Amino acid sequence: MSTLPSLKRRALFGAIAASALAGVCGTVAVRSFADERVIPVRARKFTYEPDEIVLKLNEPAILEFTSADVVMGFNAPDFGVRATIIPGQTARVRVVPSKVGTFVFHCDVFCGDGHEDMDGTIRVEA
Amino acid sequence: MTHTIDRREFLKLAGLGGAVLVSGWRSSAARAAATPDSDFYFVQLSDCHWGFEGPAQNPDATGTLKKAIASVNALSEPPDFIVFTGDLTHTTEDGQVRRKRMTEFRDIVKDLNVRNIKYMPGEHDASLDHGKAFKEFFGETHWTFDYKGVHFIAIDNVSDPGASIGEEQLAWLKSDLDRQPKDARIVVFTHRPLFDLYPQWDWATTDGAKAIEILQTRDNVTVFYGHIHQEHHFKTGAIEHHAAKGLMFALPAPGSQLKRTPVAWDPQVPYKGLGYREIEAEPREAKYAITELPVVKA
Repeated sequence: MSTLPSLKRRALFGAIAASALAGVCGTVAVRSFADERVIPVRARKFTYEPDEIVLKLNEPAILEFTSADVVMGFNAPDFGVRATIIPGQTARVRVVPSKVGTFVFHCDVFCGDGHEDMDGTIRVEA
Repeated sequence: MTHTIDRREFLKLAGLGGAVLVSGWRSSAARAAATPDSDFYFVQLSDCHWGFEGPAQNPDATGTLKKAIASVNALSEPPDFIVFTGDLTHTTEDGQVRRKRMTEFRDIVKDLNVRNIKYMPGEHDASLDHGKAFKEFFGETHWTFDYKGVHFIAIDNVSDPGASIGEEQLAWLKSDLDRQPKDARIVVFTHRPLFDLYPQWDWATTDGAKAIEILQTRDNVTVFYGHIHQEHHFKTGAIEHHAAKGLMFALPAPGSQLKRTPVAWDPQVPYKGLGYREIEAEPREAKYAITELPVVKA
């Protein structure tokens, strides 16, 4: 089982499935509007910067990911979105928060010694 | 194997047993006939994480596995075989250190009195090198074998760092099951849960639903897995999924807190939340009785 094809499959699947589920845009095509907020998120071993993302209820936002070192993942199951973050590329997901609260996200590509601590939260405010 | 006493009764009398999950158990007399599909039992050990350092979670990181092995060796009857369901070692990015840990692990488990031992990887063993070091030490990462009327299948859902089984292995699984009768007794070993137990903590397999779809074509399938470091029981359709405790640190119940922070060591109750299990198989009835056992006897 080779990893790269698998990651490519995941990226493609993620883009298609997430678009269907939550209007999410992957690395292939981004459907967003000019006035939507874009939040850059930089992934590096073994953290996200920022690791707390604050969103407004019902306000769409684009999360724009880059990796500083190795292939990473971003997975926020409560929002039905994920992305594979490949160094040198930008991955984007679109979220429309529909519920107030704090939700965890994590890296879902095993990336090294500290992988299991690589997570963060999305806080949705009214 | 001929049982002259009921092992679960013995465990209760000896005060060794933890929770016992049983369904449809027959009398010991009926189990006594040594036919090809006669009753037997095996032991599941999981998530040993050899090489882990974290005194707040386990101040006896180098002693717990050895104590568990001593406990297995002290069982009233030796199991027919032992299976390690992954995370034999704790992850490291250094391939030399990974192999050193696997060497040490292999040397430690040589103390088991049982020689029939099956190994499968967890993501800590295999995700950073696609199972290369694991294969050098312990063989293939997915496999099958037949034992006393039960068809055992190990599915590798960790060698891909994205937690996928992959189309190639799924095709292998389908091909293997196609050779089994519909009412075959099937036991599956995995590391991660095949179903979406709690994706927020990465307690899932990316394409696990595809494996479940394939497995559902057979009437009698039971899954034993690890990864979540606690006992857990769940059904998808007719398939039972049973997670085992770990042997290094405990993890919280799914969704019980925001993050998957390991449970702190309780000095008042050392080894709390850790343990292993024995599984009594009754192939003719497709029943499995699980007995959870502690690392050390209280």
